[in-house]
Amino acid sequence: MSDLITGLVFWVLGVLAVVSGALVFRFDSMARATYALAVSFIAVGAALLLLQLDYVGLVTVLMMVMEMAVMAIYMIMFMGMNPALMPMSMVHSRRTALGISAGVFLVLAAGIVTVPWPQRRAAPAADLTASLGETIMGSKMLVMMGISPVLFATVVAAVVLAAPRTRYDRFGDDLRSAPSDPHHGGVGR
Amino acid sequence: MTLEAVLLIAAALFSIGLYGALSQQVVVMVMMGLELMLNGVILAAGGLWWFLSPSPSGHLLLLVVVAAMTVDMAMGFAVAVLQHRTRGSDMTDSATELSQ
Repeated sequence: MSDLITGLVFWVLGVLAVVSGALVFRFDSMARATYALAVSFIAVGAALLLLQLDYVGLVTVLMMVMEMAVMAIYMIMFMGMNPALMPMSMVHSRRTALGISAGVFLVLAAGIVTVPWPQRRAAPAADLTASLGETIMGSKMLVMMGISPVLFATVVAAVVLAAPRTRYDRFGDDLRSAPSDPHHGGVGR
Repeated sequence: MTLEAVLLIAAALFSIGLYGALSQQVVVMVMMGLELMLNGVILAAGGLWWFLSPSPSGHLLLLVVVAAMTVDMAMGFAVAVLQHRTRGSDMTDSATELSQ
C-alpha cells in the first residue's frame, strides 16, 4: 500500500476512534455507549494492523468485542432497566474533569510536537508475528510466565469477591465444621 | 502516517478516557474510561514500537498492556458485583469505604 493511502486510512481510523471514544460519554444510553467503545477499540485495532502489529491488533479487536458483550450482560443483570430505552446522565465534578483532561492532552501534545524523535534503529523482521512467537517461547519466556500467575490470581480473586457464599462460609475455615445452611437439605427432615 | 500523528491520536484517546474515569458516577462507565485510556496506551506503544525500534521485545510490552486490561476489567466487574450485593448500588459516590 502506498504511503499516501496508508496515511489516509490511518487518519480516518484515528478520527473514528477518537470521535466514538468521545461519544461514549455523550450518549444517553449505556447500550449505545458500549457500542461506541467497541467501535473505538476496533478502529484502534485496525490502526495497529497498519503498523504491522497483526497479532496484537487482532487480539485487541477480538478481546474487546467479547468484553463489550460481557458488559452488555452486566448491564442487563444489574441496571434493572432496559439500557437502550432509558436515557441517563450521571456525572460529578464535570468541569474539573474536563479541565484536567484538557490540560493533560495539551501537555502530552506539546511533548509530542516538541520532542525531537530519533530515527528508527533496527529494521523490522520479515515475519513479525513469527518473530514475536519465537521471542515469547525463547529469551522472553519469563514475561509470559510472570503474566500467567497474575491472570490466575485474578480469576481466583474475582470469584472470591463476586461469590456471595462459598464453601468456606458453609464449612468454616478448615472445611470440617457442620454445614451452616439457612435451610437443611434432604427430604422429610 | 507519522509517529507524531499516532501519538496525538493516542493522547486524545487517553485524555477522553481520563475525563470519563474522573467524571462518571456509574462504576461501569468509570471502567469504560479506564479502558479508553489503556486503548490510547496500546496505540502509543504500537506507534513508538513501529517508528523507533521494531524489535520483538517491544511487541511483548504490548501483550503485557493487553493482559493488564483484562485484569482491570475482571477485577472491576468483581468489585462492582460485590458493591451491588452489599449496598444495592452501582454508583461510585456510595463506595466511600471498602468495609462491608
